[in-house]
Amino acid sequence: MRTPLKISRGLGSAKDGTGHFWKQRLTGVANVVLGLFLVWLIASLVGADHATVKKTLANPAMALPLLALIVSGTVHMRLGMQTIIEDYVHNEGAKIVLLMLNTFFASAVALACVFAILKITFGA
Amino acid sequence: MAETNSGRGKLPNRPLSPHLQIYSPLINMVMSIIHRLTGMALYAGTLLLAWWLIAAATGAGEFNAVSGLLGSWPGKLVLVGYTWAFLHHMLGGLRHFLWDTGHGYDLKTIDQLSWGSIILSLALTAAIWLSVTSKHGGL
Repeated sequence: MRTPLKISRGLGSAKDGTGHFWKQRLTGVANVVLGLFLVWLIASLVGADHATVKKTLANPAMALPLLALIVSGTVHMRLGMQTIIEDYVHNEGAKIVLLMLNTFFASAVALACVFAILKITFGA
Repeated sequence: MAETNSGRGKLPNRPLSPHLQIYSPLINMVMSIIHRLTGMALYAGTLLLAWWLIAAATGAGEFNAVSGLLGSWPGKLVLVGYTWAFLHHMLGGLRHFLWDTGHGYDLKTIDQLSWGSIILSLALTAAIWLSVTSKHGGL
C-alpha cells in the first residue's frame, strides 16, 4: 500500500523536536513559580502610586524574579505560538513569515520589559 | 489502491483522520482547546505588562495614564481575565507534567483533572481578586 508517507520518508526530521519539547517543559516549570510571583506582585501593587511602584520594582528581590519571568515567559510563549502556527498554517510562505513575526514579537516584548526594569532599577 | 501523489498528480481522496466537527465535545477536548486559547491570550497580554513597565520607567504622567486605564472597569475585567487565563493555563500545564510521567491516563482521572482545574482556576481567581478588593475597601 502506498500512502503519502513516502513523501516524507527519507527526508529526516528537523532534529530539534526533543529540544523544543524540553525547553517548553523547563520554562513551564519556571513559569509556575515566577508567574504566581507576578500575580502576587500585581495584586499587591493595585492602586499604588508611581513612586511606590518604582521603589518596589527597583528592589532586587522583585526585579530579579521579574526579569527571570520575562526571559522564561517569552521563551515559553514563543515555543507555544510556534506549535500553534505549525499546526494550523500549512502554506509554507505564510508559515515562515508568521514564525519570524512570532520570534520578533517575543523578542520585542522581552527587550521592552527588561529595558524598563533595568532603567527603574538603575535609577535613571 | 487509489493512485498516490507522484508530486504532479492530485492527492488521493482518502479520509485521513476524524475531524473536529464529528466529535461531541468531551471535557478533555474542551480543556485542550481552552489551554491553547489561554496560551494565546497570555501571549497577547504580555503587551500589557510591557506597556505598564515602560510607563513606570518613563515617568509619573505616563504611569498614571496606564494605571488609570488598568484601574477602570474594562481594565479590571482584563486583569481578572488575565489572572484566570494564567491560572487555568498553569493548572493545564501541571496536568501535562503529570501526563508526561505516563500517569493519569484513565478516563475517570482525565475527567476529574479537567473539571478540577476549571473549578480551581475560577476559585483561585475569585479568591485573589476578592482579597485585593477587600484590601482596598470594596470595588
